[in-house]
Amino acid sequence: MADLGSAAIPPVGPDDHVCGKGGEGIVVYADLGCPHCAAEWPRLREHPGQLVFRHFPVASKHPRSPALHAAAEAAGQQGCFFELVDSLYADRGRVDDPHLWERVEQLGLDLERFEADRRSDEAEARVRRDFQSGIRAGVTSTPGVFSLPAA
Amino acid sequence: MIAVGDQAPDFTLRDQDGEKVSLSDYKRRKVMLVFYPGDFSPVCGDQLSIYQEVKPEITEKGVELVGISCDSFFAHKAFQEKLGIDTTLLSDFEPKGEVSRAYGSYLDAPLGFSNRTLVLVDEDGKVAWTHESPNPGEFPGANVIFDALS
Repeated sequence: MADLGSAAIPPVGPDDHVCGKGGEGIVVYADLGCPHCAAEWPRLREHPGQLVFRHFPVASKHPRSPALHAAAEAAGQQGCFFELVDSLYADRGRVDDPHLWERVEQLGLDLERFEADRRSDEAEARVRRDFQSGIRAGVTSTPGVFSLPAA
Repeated sequence: MIAVGDQAPDFTLRDQDGEKVSLSDYKRRKVMLVFYPGDFSPVCGDQLSIYQEVKPEITEKGVELVGISCDSFFAHKAFQEKLGIDTTLLSDFEPKGEVSRAYGSYLDAPLGFSNRTLVLVDEDGKVAWTHESPNPGEFPGANVIFDALS
């Protein structure tokens, strides 16, 4: 059973989803089905330092979120994690499977591999790991933003 | 706020389906009572949604999660369905706030609703732990519940 008691956010690791570099870094716990996250995302993307994205799907509020986070993981397997996140937040009304396939094709990804990867146990476990670290850090709403100490 | 070590006051309230539920129904099990201000408020919705996401882990620790507010059970049903949660919600509706008051979790007029508090009742029906939010607009993360259960 996972320990979900209080703990600081985990340090940035090699399998974290990171964009940008230098300056003051931030860690963002975000829900791909959350309208507040979508509204904030363009501003977060302009953050001048490192931005670390961590999954925080609240499935009871946004039932499609787990599937979207797994899809982002699968896109990440082909080097397009942030591209799919950008796409999902930019157009929240089209998030069913055919819309995901359309986005994947537009990004030039291998659809068959994407389909296998997004349904894998590894993708689910990866998303759950981020979610649990957010719970332990006391995230109560999304986006939950933490500062990283300067490198 | 009720004190740790006190006997938890027994109660009988209606759940979201109109069924009567008593604290004594949970005898020999731990119960986490989640007093919250009101159905359909944004903060209460976030609180119950986050707790729902870790409800399996709470249950694994042998704890039942139960929400209580002064709303009617009809409102509870609609709120539960809107949030997509299956946490039991009890209606402290009439006499209004009687159970919340018994636990020291009621905010008098002009507010007139349950304060945002957590009360852990142990297997013997005693209060094992409490938490009161600094104000009704803030809620404790689920990590606080797990800290209490560790």
